[in-house]
Amino acid sequence: MPRTKGRPGRFAALGALGAAVSLVSGCAGAGGVAAGGDGTTLVVAIVSNPQMEDAISLRSDFEEEYPGIDLRFVTLPENEARAKITTSIATGGGEFDAVMISNYETRMWAENGWLENLQPHIDATEGYDAGDFLQPIRESLSYRGDMYSVPFYGESSFLAYRKDLFDQAGLEMPADPTWAEVADLAAELHDPESGTAGICLRGLPGWGEVLAPFNSMLNTFGGRWYDQQWNAQLTSPEFRRTAEFYVNLVREHGQPGAANSGFGDCLTRYSQGNTAMFYDATAMVSTVEDPDSSKVAGKSGYAPAPVSETDYGGWLYTWSLAIPETSEHKDEAWRFLSWMTDKEYTEKVAEEYGWERVPPGNRISTFENPQYQDVASAYAEPMREGIADADPKDPGMRPVPYTGVQFLAIPEFQDLGTRVSQQLSAAVAGQISVDEALEQSQQYAQSVGDSYKETR
Amino acid sequence: MSATATAPAERPAAPARTPRARRRAHGWSLRAPLLPALIFTILVTQLPFLFTIFYSLRSWNLLRPDSGTFAGLDNYAYVLTDAQFLGAALNTVVITASCVLISMAVGIGLAMLLDRKFLGRGVVRTLLITPFLIIPVATALLWKTTMFDPVFGLLGFVLTPFGLGDVNWVSQYPVVSVVTALVWQWSPFMMLLVLAGLQSQSRDVVEAGQVDGANRWQMFTNVTLPHLRRYIELGVLLGSIYVVNTFDTIYMMTQGGPGTASSNLPFYIYQRTFLGFDIGQSAAMGVIVVIGTIVVATLALRLIFRTFMSDQEAKS
Amino acid sequence: MTATAPAPRTRPAAVPTPRPAPRRRRGSVGGTALTVLTWAIALVFVSPALWMVLTAFKTEGIAQTDPPTLLFQPTLDQFRNVVGADFMPYVGNSLIATLASTALVLVLGTPAAYALSIRPVKRTKDVLFFFISTKMLPLVAVVVPIYVAAAEVGMLDNIWTLVVLYTAMNLPIAVWMLRSFFLEVPAGVVEAAQMEGASLPRVLWSVMLPIMAPGVAATALICMIFSWNEFFFAVNLTASQAATVPVYLVGFITSEGLYWAQLAAAATLASLPIVVIGWMAQRQLVRGLSMGAVK
Repeated sequence: MPRTKGRPGRFAALGALGAAVSLVSGCAGAGGVAAGGDGTTLVVAIVSNPQMEDAISLRSDFEEEYPGIDLRFVTLPENEARAKITTSIATGGGEFDAVMISNYETRMWAENGWLENLQPHIDATEGYDAGDFLQPIRESLSYRGDMYSVPFYGESSFLAYRKDLFDQAGLEMPADPTWAEVADLAAELHDPESGTAGICLRGLPGWGEVLAPFNSMLNTFGGRWYDQQWNAQLTSPEFRRTAEFYVNLVREHGQPGAANSGFGDCLTRYSQGNTAMFYDATAMVSTVEDPDSSKVAGKSGYAPAPVSETDYGGWLYTWSLAIPETSEHKDEAWRFLSWMTDKEYTEKVAEEYGWERVPPGNRISTFENPQYQDVASAYAEPMREGIADADPKDPGMRPVPYTGVQFLAIPEFQDLGTRVSQQLSAAVAGQISVDEALEQSQQYAQSVGDSYKETR
Repeated sequence: MSATATAPAERPAAPARTPRARRRAHGWSLRAPLLPALIFTILVTQLPFLFTIFYSLRSWNLLRPDSGTFAGLDNYAYVLTDAQFLGAALNTVVITASCVLISMAVGIGLAMLLDRKFLGRGVVRTLLITPFLIIPVATALLWKTTMFDPVFGLLGFVLTPFGLGDVNWVSQYPVVSVVTALVWQWSPFMMLLVLAGLQSQSRDVVEAGQVDGANRWQMFTNVTLPHLRRYIELGVLLGSIYVVNTFDTIYMMTQGGPGTASSNLPFYIYQRTFLGFDIGQSAAMGVIVVIGTIVVATLALRLIFRTFMSDQEAKS
Repeated sequence: MTATAPAPRTRPAAVPTPRPAPRRRRGSVGGTALTVLTWAIALVFVSPALWMVLTAFKTEGIAQTDPPTLLFQPTLDQFRNVVGADFMPYVGNSLIATLASTALVLVLGTPAAYALSIRPVKRTKDVLFFFISTKMLPLVAVVVPIYVAAAEVGMLDNIWTLVVLYTAMNLPIAVWMLRSFFLEVPAGVVEAAQMEGASLPRVLWSVMLPIMAPGVAATALICMIFSWNEFFFAVNLTASQAATVPVYLVGFITSEGLYWAQLAAAATLASLPIVVIGWMAQRQLVRGLSMGAVK
């Protein structure tokens, strides 16, 4: 096989194989039972978080506005969605017309030419006020000054706690808690007999799962993944101290079965009143404060992300929507993107489900809306400050060769993060010791670091 | 009764007696029907594998479009020194062997219970085959949640009197959990096979044994088990073929975790492919697994084929 | 190959004489006890399945209680939710994938099995060996080339891609099973038909098939079970248009906290077609599976 450059050439022979296969099947046309009617069918891949589920249930609003466009959603849990979306985009699979990604993927994929530049669409759409997006969020989704994905919601992290339980126990949450204080509080409040865990922390493998809270903790503990020469630092004293602290906290005073619980599971546990504290994404409020799905609505207080050595402990993340370069319906896809990230959508959700449930943290106008301020007084400020104070370029105490707060914005991190997160999760489950987990992780990290030493 | 058939009885239809020319034409007309299936199988299963070999020699990470250079045997070297790959290989063996053997033991037990007339026998058999028919994905999810959940699971409730109420099965004993769900799923399959074997057991043999005054256990070990041997071997063969490729149960139940504690080869390679996006390495793993499988299968299949095929066929 | 059979084995006559009726070996007290025991074991064994069905009729609140709730007011809400939530297209796709691939397996596999049963190829064993060995190939070793090829010709997320793959997946086992059924057909029948000048397809169709109908049904059933339940290709090669029933259940992976009852309802509905077919055809299932052992 000739070594041709570029994907189409490389796969040409495979194309012939595929053609043979489709000949055998005798029917290359019909895609399946669900093939659309006369209009355009947009296939949208998104993550099954509660805010996204709301968007799906409001789809009829979009379909009324654009009768020719039919929406089909593929909703998957975070890890599964990432695997599917990344595979499709990287191979040019072309199954999707719109995908949900984040500030981790956007720049790298834009650089690879995998995403449609949305700036021309944004500029041509009247009333779509991109200047209204929070500045750190907008910047994290831009490549060379153009936005390549638009934020559905933005988030930092903070600590939610049950005011009623704190009152009962006669405890008080400090205004700017440290992790040591949080651990003490968790120990006080941990009461497995009555089904209440001290704190809920993610333990599920996946770089977007356990590593998100872990890395934000790592930054404030003074740890880092690599020094500036790409030497892996996973067995350094700071990293080890963070890992031990995290694993011990969740094992001793965390939720049962922590190694299998991610954001969704923790969200459920906290909303059902099964944990006293919950350190996680600020986007939790849409569920926690919604009386329909939460038993603890209105009972929560919110503190900034706990810190240790530094004075900021949060992260910066956004679930955003992008259009793959391979989509054949880019204009229609943009209509959907703009519908789902517009100011009007926020109002639509507020009207339909209440202001508690609006996708938060993406638009300034939402924060400034008096009605939102009314319901969100407890958490709007810590959320906004958390987002504003995150610094992806300089996440921790010491200089690093990568950017990103709770992730490393290098392509290998998807894999490396997954592997390291598996080790951490195994330590959370008690299958291996923290030291074993870190030894193994250090090897993975070093082999990635070596490839950067050689090439750059 | 002797198994070494020294003078194999010729099948009347065998083309051995026809004249040579006619036989050749006849042979082709008989061979033709085989071709579509053979070509189809080669096209769909073997051709892609050639590409897998090709990929395995390249350094190709999906997320780095600039990758895709010839890498020689680097990928193989990396994979063979990857402790987790070897761990996954070990898990594959452990899961497959324990699942097949335990299922077979349970299957034999259930089949023995069913091999007599009793009230509601049809209903019981219908009930017992059900686990084999339920979608494995659903089976895995149900075991993970409604059975194994540390707080609300049925198993915890049932085992509370034995002091095992708070065990977090899926986290603490991931391989045991996976094997349990698999055994539940495959035991009915084994039971059906063994039942067929039991029912083909000729009555004379059984009665002869009884006349000889053999007790039940002697009957079982000396008469029934030897008779069942081929059915058991078939069950082990078919079971191994399917269980060694188990992916859905692990995907739904443990995601190979905690860590990689319950990853088997299919799941580990899947992760390297669709979460790691290292096509070169995962292709190399695929090739290694295929080679390993061929070695094992050649030994196992030859052995079993010798048992299954009538001796004259084995000789041809 | 020298056949040094390790142990003397009782090879049943070509047509084994089934025992007409298993005998009662014990007195009625022992028999009753054994019956009760059998029933008890059977009920315990299937209890996870029974629990699933029971849970499907619960509300979410009752589905997760400690201790588990046995008596409650049943509701059909969960089934309504599942059917209302886009479940039906998945069923449609599964039906196409299952029925079309099974039909294709029979169309391709029957002639092949026939050819192998009368041994036209010198190395029958090798061909059979080849077929069976393809079953041992880890699917994961070929999924990337297949994915890339399908992407190249726009066949991703296309149900016919699954049909082709399921056909290839089930063909080996089908050829093996069908071959053993062909071996059951008395050779004289075929000879006679060929003497009268009937063509091969005709012989297959009007002479062999009627004799083999139960065997073909058993083979089809096995193929249907494995196609309906297949997950690996389905989850990796489909997205929305062609997603099958097992893929639908992936959405429940991390929702463990909240949706047990709905999960149980979805699982029940998803399994129902194959369970019912399997129940109805259990005799063929036994026969079909054991054929490989007898012949």
